[in-house]
Amino acid sequence: MTGFIVKRFAQAIFVVIAVSLIVAVAIRMTGDPALMIAQGATNITQADLDRIREGLGLNQPFLVQYLDSLRGLVTWDLGNSFVGGTPVNLLVDKALPATLSLAFASMFVSIAVSIPLGIRAAVARGRGSDQLIRIFSLLGLSFPNFWLATMLVLLFSITLKWLPPSGMSGFASFIMPAVTMGVILTATNVRLVRTTMLDTLNSQYIMVARAKGLSERKVLYKHALRNCAIPLITYFGLQFGGLLGGIVVIERVFNWPGMGTLAFDAVAARDYPVLQSVIMILALLIVGINLLVDIAYGIVDPRIRTK
Amino acid sequence: MNKQELLPILRIDELSVSFGTASVVKGLSFDVFPGRTTAVVGESGSGKSVMSMSIMRLADMTGASFPSGRILFSSGAGEGIDLLKCDQEAMRRIRGKEIAMIFQEPMTSLNPVFTIGDQLCEVLILHEKRSRADAMVEAERLLALVRLPDARALLARYPHQLSGGMRQRVMIAMALACRPKLLIADEPTTALDVTVQAEILNIMKDLQAELGMAMIFITHDMGVVAEMADDVVVMWQGEKVEAGPVEEIFTCPKHPYTRMLLSAVPKLGAMQGFTHPRRTPLTVLRNGELVQEGDDRQQDTADYTVPPLLRVEDLSIQFDVKKSFWGRTTHRNFAVSQVGFEIYPGETLALVGESGSGKSTIGRTIQQLQESANGEVWFDGKPMSKMKLAERQRLRREVQYIFQDPFASLDPRRTVGDSIAEPILTHGLLDRGTPTRRRVGELLERVGLSADMASRYPHEFSGGQRQRVCIARALASRPRLIIADEALSALDVSVQAQVINLFMDLQREEGLAYLFISHDMAVVEKMSHRVAVLYLGQIMEIGKRADVFERTAHPYTQRLLSAVPLADPSARRQRVALTGEIPSSIHPVGAPPALNPLREIASGHFIAQERV
Repeated sequence: MTGFIVKRFAQAIFVVIAVSLIVAVAIRMTGDPALMIAQGATNITQADLDRIREGLGLNQPFLVQYLDSLRGLVTWDLGNSFVGGTPVNLLVDKALPATLSLAFASMFVSIAVSIPLGIRAAVARGRGSDQLIRIFSLLGLSFPNFWLATMLVLLFSITLKWLPPSGMSGFASFIMPAVTMGVILTATNVRLVRTTMLDTLNSQYIMVARAKGLSERKVLYKHALRNCAIPLITYFGLQFGGLLGGIVVIERVFNWPGMGTLAFDAVAARDYPVLQSVIMILALLIVGINLLVDIAYGIVDPRIRTK
Repeated sequence: MNKQELLPILRIDELSVSFGTASVVKGLSFDVFPGRTTAVVGESGSGKSVMSMSIMRLADMTGASFPSGRILFSSGAGEGIDLLKCDQEAMRRIRGKEIAMIFQEPMTSLNPVFTIGDQLCEVLILHEKRSRADAMVEAERLLALVRLPDARALLARYPHQLSGGMRQRVMIAMALACRPKLLIADEPTTALDVTVQAEILNIMKDLQAELGMAMIFITHDMGVVAEMADDVVVMWQGEKVEAGPVEEIFTCPKHPYTRMLLSAVPKLGAMQGFTHPRRTPLTVLRNGELVQEGDDRQQDTADYTVPPLLRVEDLSIQFDVKKSFWGRTTHRNFAVSQVGFEIYPGETLALVGESGSGKSTIGRTIQQLQESANGEVWFDGKPMSKMKLAERQRLRREVQYIFQDPFASLDPRRTVGDSIAEPILTHGLLDRGTPTRRRVGELLERVGLSADMASRYPHEFSGGQRQRVCIARALASRPRLIIADEALSALDVSVQAQVINLFMDLQREEGLAYLFISHDMAVVEKMSHRVAVLYLGQIMEIGKRADVFERTAHPYTQRLLSAVPLADPSARRQRVALTGEIPSSIHPVGAPPALNPLREIASGHFIAQERV
């Protein structure tokens, strides 16, 4: 197991370095930040541009700049935003918890709902409750998230005035963004849990567990679920990555002060230091989550652990 | 103890089981007595497994209904309770405690994510309300009871770390944990090697005597029945056709189906005194009457006057199985070591051995499905390593492979006609369209099917028919050598007997040579001209069929033969002491297994220097 984790960890470090290199190179290919900053200003001289470049450290060789940005990531000194000159780390400090809490809330809601529903559907395969669960999951899949978000706002904020329409202010403000994302996640997850469960329920060891006289609850939630967990964890891990990408839309609709909004504004304003930091931090998060998934894999499945 | 004095512990009374409108068990009645073993025998589709799942009421979960009948179970005095009237809640108190069950597939019967100890304790905690610590102590005792060495360490291990035989012993320990009154064993040894099977059967018999429980033993293997049963129930198409004490069933079977079944079972030793394999007439059931079909003749097809068709020389095959952290190979599976043999035109050479003996690996290498081999394979006098690409392609045409599982080796989305036509078209033997279609029709008729079946899909055929389709496909490219890798193992005995005759007829008419890979000693004895016995990748004994079977010289061959259950209850015997598990063929890189050179003890009869 230790060897397994060490290997996965080494792989993760390699991925982080590769991602950071790609981000650094790609961002430099989109144009000269000095010209960007100087845009709009009249009678800019070459000397002015050089001064801006020097101020940003852009006159250094690429490798130095790259290592600087890595050091910045470690020391949490991410440079200043081109817009307003706010230190990027202050922006991220505010946006990251907002995004993470929303993402985890949606994931949590989705997993907590889809596992019992998926199991229920698998057990009742082909019968009423299975059909019902499958129809609802198809409905959930069919709504585009921005449409669903708008409808929720219309109903709960404008008509009923129960929930705040936008912004992040206390528990109530979490409900609609989390539900919007949760509905779509749940719709996919229910189907996934159902299929995985059906496979597992056909296994001989489930019949053996029943033949032991165990209650159906024990059979499903102890013997079957632990085996289902192996493919499910992989999928949930991948899903989390997709979720961080997809969160931009939801954050826009609900005006949520998270990484998505930050990235969106940074793209619009060509605010490179912010953009680079946001991409790097999200990439790190995804790599980290996948590392956790690999470790969880080893914990759940002894065949991996004891190899 | 006379069984008439005893009350049955289980009485099945006019039981019928249906799935939807399909009736799978019809009006079945029989009794099971304490301390005795009732074997339920039948081929696939006989309803024997459904019957056992119905006693446990586990059949409910797969959608079974019980239109009529009773299953009376009495754990004490009196008539007992009708299990069909129990709800699942009540059944849960009986399952695992009063009635326990062992299943066929030991590899998939244990939950892969829990330790052996956890899975054993679960029953003890559930039914006997023991504490976990107490349950663990009892679990260790149970593992020792099924003769598993180092029981304490085993408790903390996971199923994948155990071999099939060990897992089945864990299953038995689990089933016996609460000292059930009745044990249902559904084909418990079918998936195991013969020597392991022999040991498991011994353990089951001993424990039954010790615990005095009743046993329902479900099997298709008449040898196992003869070995284990006190009473026998023969099932056929959902009905009981015959029942009685085991000696009676074997000595004077009354129902034609029972007689057919018994005559289809290949009997070890039946070939004593014959030089050649023998094609025997087939006993078939026609309108309730037994008829003999086909002729009885010597299979003297092997031609030893010409050079061998296939010669394998010093073949060694290794797989890397374990790598160090830095990617260096540390352990290798020495699957095949220094194996050599010849096959002559018209000859059947059998490769016999247990799991891990390397018999399938050799077959795959000859068919070029397996790379990275040392040594040389000569086909028709030409070494394979020197062959050009076109010649290798031609070799693929002349050597054909038939796999064990006829369900998995046909593409479910293509008609069988397309599957059979594929080798013809791939090798460009005939034009697409009418000529190919006509040939496919001929081939289907050749294997005893009809030409108009070409447009059907595999799922429309039974297992035996599918294997015939696979044989037709193998014949399509007019091969000279057919490698049959456990090609009969998945078939019912009556079907198996038909396919054996088909193999022999084809050999006679087409002059085919067979490399017959099998673990079934009785079938091998019936079919082969010569036999090679493999153990851990090396040949232990090779020679003419009569030499290997009647003048057995190597102790491993003796052990293998003595482990085969004989279909004759009067021949129950004390077996040669078995030492259980087959060792692994995986060795560390610098320390390969010792090689046992062969020495000739009689003309053409070689044995390995003793090591086993």
